[in-house]
Amino acid sequence: MLRSSFFRLFVPLFALLTISASLQAQGLDDWASIEAEAKGQTVYWNAWGGDSNTNDYIAWVSQQLQSRFDIDVVHVKLGDTAEAVSRVVAEKAAGNSEDGAVDLIWINGENFAAMKKNGLLYGPWAEQLPNFALTAPGDNPEMRNDFTLPVEGLEAPWGKAQLTFYYDSDRVESPPRGMQALLDWTQDNPGRFTYPLVPDFLGSTFLKQALLGLVENTKPLYEPVSEANFERVTAPLWEYLDSLHPHLWREGKSFPSSGSALRQLMGDGELSLAFTFNPLEPAAAVANYQLPPTIRSYVLDGGTLGNVHFVAIPFNASHKAGALVLANFLLSPEAQAHKQDIQVWGDATVLAMDALNEKQQQAFAALPDNPATLPLGALQRTLPEPHPSWMERLERAWLSRYGSR
Amino acid sequence: MPSSYALGVRLAPWLAITLLSLPVAGGLAGVIAPAFGFLPALGGNTLTLAHWQTLLNRPGLGQMIQLSYVTGLVSAAVSLAIVVLFLGAFMHTRLFSAVRRLLSPLLAVPHAAAAIGLAFLLAPSGLFSRALSPGVTGWQHPPDILFPGDPFGLAMIAGLVLKEVPFLLLMSLAALPQCQASERLRMARALGYGPLSAFLKVVLPGLYPLLRLPIYAVIAFASSTVDVALILGPTTPPPLAVAVLRWLNDPNLSMRFMASAGALLQLGVTLAALASWWLIEFLVRRLARDWLMNGRRHNGDAFLGGIALGAVSLSLLLIMGSLVGLMLWSLAAYWPFPEALPQPLTLRNWMGAAGRLGDPLIQAATIGIVATLLSSILVVGALEAETLHERPTRPWAQLILYLPLLVPSVAFLFGLVLIQVQIGAPPGIAAVILGHAVFVLPYVFLSLAESYRRLDPRWTYLARSLGASPAQVFWRVRLPMLSVPLLTAAAVGFAVSIGQYLPTLLLGAGRVSTITTEAVSLAGGGDRRLTAVYALLQLAMPALGFALALGLPRLVFRRRSGLLTSA
Repeated sequence: MLRSSFFRLFVPLFALLTISASLQAQGLDDWASIEAEAKGQTVYWNAWGGDSNTNDYIAWVSQQLQSRFDIDVVHVKLGDTAEAVSRVVAEKAAGNSEDGAVDLIWINGENFAAMKKNGLLYGPWAEQLPNFALTAPGDNPEMRNDFTLPVEGLEAPWGKAQLTFYYDSDRVESPPRGMQALLDWTQDNPGRFTYPLVPDFLGSTFLKQALLGLVENTKPLYEPVSEANFERVTAPLWEYLDSLHPHLWREGKSFPSSGSALRQLMGDGELSLAFTFNPLEPAAAVANYQLPPTIRSYVLDGGTLGNVHFVAIPFNASHKAGALVLANFLLSPEAQAHKQDIQVWGDATVLAMDALNEKQQQAFAALPDNPATLPLGALQRTLPEPHPSWMERLERAWLSRYGSR
Repeated sequence: MPSSYALGVRLAPWLAITLLSLPVAGGLAGVIAPAFGFLPALGGNTLTLAHWQTLLNRPGLGQMIQLSYVTGLVSAAVSLAIVVLFLGAFMHTRLFSAVRRLLSPLLAVPHAAAAIGLAFLLAPSGLFSRALSPGVTGWQHPPDILFPGDPFGLAMIAGLVLKEVPFLLLMSLAALPQCQASERLRMARALGYGPLSAFLKVVLPGLYPLLRLPIYAVIAFASSTVDVALILGPTTPPPLAVAVLRWLNDPNLSMRFMASAGALLQLGVTLAALASWWLIEFLVRRLARDWLMNGRRHNGDAFLGGIALGAVSLSLLLIMGSLVGLMLWSLAAYWPFPEALPQPLTLRNWMGAAGRLGDPLIQAATIGIVATLLSSILVVGALEAETLHERPTRPWAQLILYLPLLVPSVAFLFGLVLIQVQIGAPPGIAAVILGHAVFVLPYVFLSLAESYRRLDPRWTYLARSLGASPAQVFWRVRLPMLSVPLLTAAAVGFAVSIGQYLPTLLLGAGRVSTITTEAVSLAGGGDRRLTAVYALLQLAMPALGFALALGLPRLVFRRRSGLLTSA
């Protein structure tokens, strides 16, 4: 874990300050009184702010909450979610256990793991939200698991991500559908594929996807990494990357800085194959004139990594009632359908269609579409995320191998 | 207001010195302790060299250092060569005044906007390659060429040179009268020297000492640049300053120890670059002695003049091309390679951005205006004190003035942030304004000082003999007479503030977003159309400042036109 050494230093401090977070989680069954309490609150929602579509959607949510619930939602735009986590840590260390500056965090994976482990979260509350049942958690276990860690009601699902490849059908006839095929394809099409610079989130996800596709036994990847097995388990990955890199864009000497930079290279025609973590992003980008209309999306044959992203409330949030109402609104069919609209954001819904009534389903069916959209059913082949400890270890190993050439 | 005048004149120099030296010194102190392991907030209680060990074991560190060092020296050398050759070959010609008028506004172009424009122009899928494809090149798809972002940092150097040439040119223009350039030149020409030879042999030895500090500032800036490097620089590995920033922002807070060591190392690299330049200066002086006195009247004047003309034209061409590229992208819908022009043009990007632009624009304007106002008051106070006591600024004060430009900002800003965290000062707009003022003040001073000092003292004597108090002389005579240079200096200061990326990012803890922070973060990815919109606005704000600075006096003094020319 990235932050573990830091936390270790503070654990004794925390022990002194610990308040049972669950004590505060009462009255959740009386939703009307929560809405009444939330009235007039200002909710500071800490969410990554690097994408204009996402920011616009959050601005829309903010308007809706203002007019419907008289709640003022302020989007604190983060460069990295870890910033909000460090802030809560600092507040806890300073003994601030009631009026924290962060009310809601957009979170998953290692950041959730860190906050959960250190008792920085309020809850459990998520399963008591009136709209939570619409996710049909019984049939969709990923609503209760975040990178192998049980959620235990400490965060509410918000959207779904799955590694999705996209290509320009004008230039590529049959795109590679597996890791080995990808290597062969880059040999025939040098310079037309790359991945973002590790430790960018999408770049690291590509490493995990490649690793899952290359190892014979994926079981160790779902347990915490140990120095003893790291070398052995990851050996095929480095061998693969060593042969892949010479055929990458700029011969693997330079990498785009992020997923959006990757998309821009596709738009410029420098690449003809790329990937994203948001299955609807290519369609949204076509609608937005950022990608050519000939873009098509697909998922690798063996399936690709997928996860759910959540919202969580810190233990010391000042406006918990407002945050709860916001989290519940984010799960409403209306907000979820608006979010999935490729002309708005294009982030896949977490709601289960068969849990919705006909009118609600209609809202999703009526969303605009274009040929770049992933075919229905492709998202079924979801591989669960490895244990969060692998990510950091892989990033470190990548940087020491390829970080300087 | 005589009392406030007296107080202001007494306090301003000291306040200015404090504003410049305290953050730099405090910031540096703030990095030194954690670099050696001492930072109790993060559990560092013992002095250790372990973090230096980690830093030195960092893969690619050697390349990072080399990149920063070479970039600093090469971009300064190239910029200086262009400026000197151009001045020498074309001073007092009509072409010169034309180019000068074109180049001066370029000083207002923020580094980031220039870099973004250059990237749009020169990338394999950029405007230049589109214009030649597929006709000349036969490229149906962009070629796989590593530029910008080449491992030698050439794109980065080009971007820096583009910005430093106007800076050095303006600094030279201010310095030329001080070293009696025209008189020297006339004398040498009368003795039969060619125009360039006359300049190089007779004027340059007098001019260079006056340019030394600006050149050192260029070297310091170039060797530690972050925004230009993020847009045009290599990634594996990046230059040292970018890497330090990355370590500093690492979510793993214990990385801050190593980041501190890295920041100190950056200071060392910059100092090494400065020391190398100083050595080269010494060598050139030694080696050129014979050449200066050998009496040869012509030294390939025409050839060197041609090179100068080529280089300046190329710079202008690149800047204009970048601007055209930015405008086209901001109006483009889908614009595939290799089409040279986007079809159809649309206002969609501007409309879409309009809703989001309010905040960053207002924040940038507020910060810029307040920081400029603060700096201008301090600078005028300091200069007024200087005139009142008829005593020039001492060399050590001059050095302090340059301190924020000479010490790499990544080195001391980081320490400032650590201090900010430790004393519990909230990150936000106030901290950002003070941070900007540290960089704005030196530029306001440099732009204003010459005009202020050259104002004929007889105006003061005259007003005093008519019974005016020193305060009255200042408010009623000197200030109105100096309004044009003062406004120009303020416009330069405002432009500097708009261009600040790192102080805004670090001191505002990411919560203060200005047009520049948005433009740089968008340039790293996202939507090229939107990036173009932001870069153009980032350009437009200082341009507006300059337009106001030029237009306002004309409006206010339309009945006192003598004031417009006297300054």
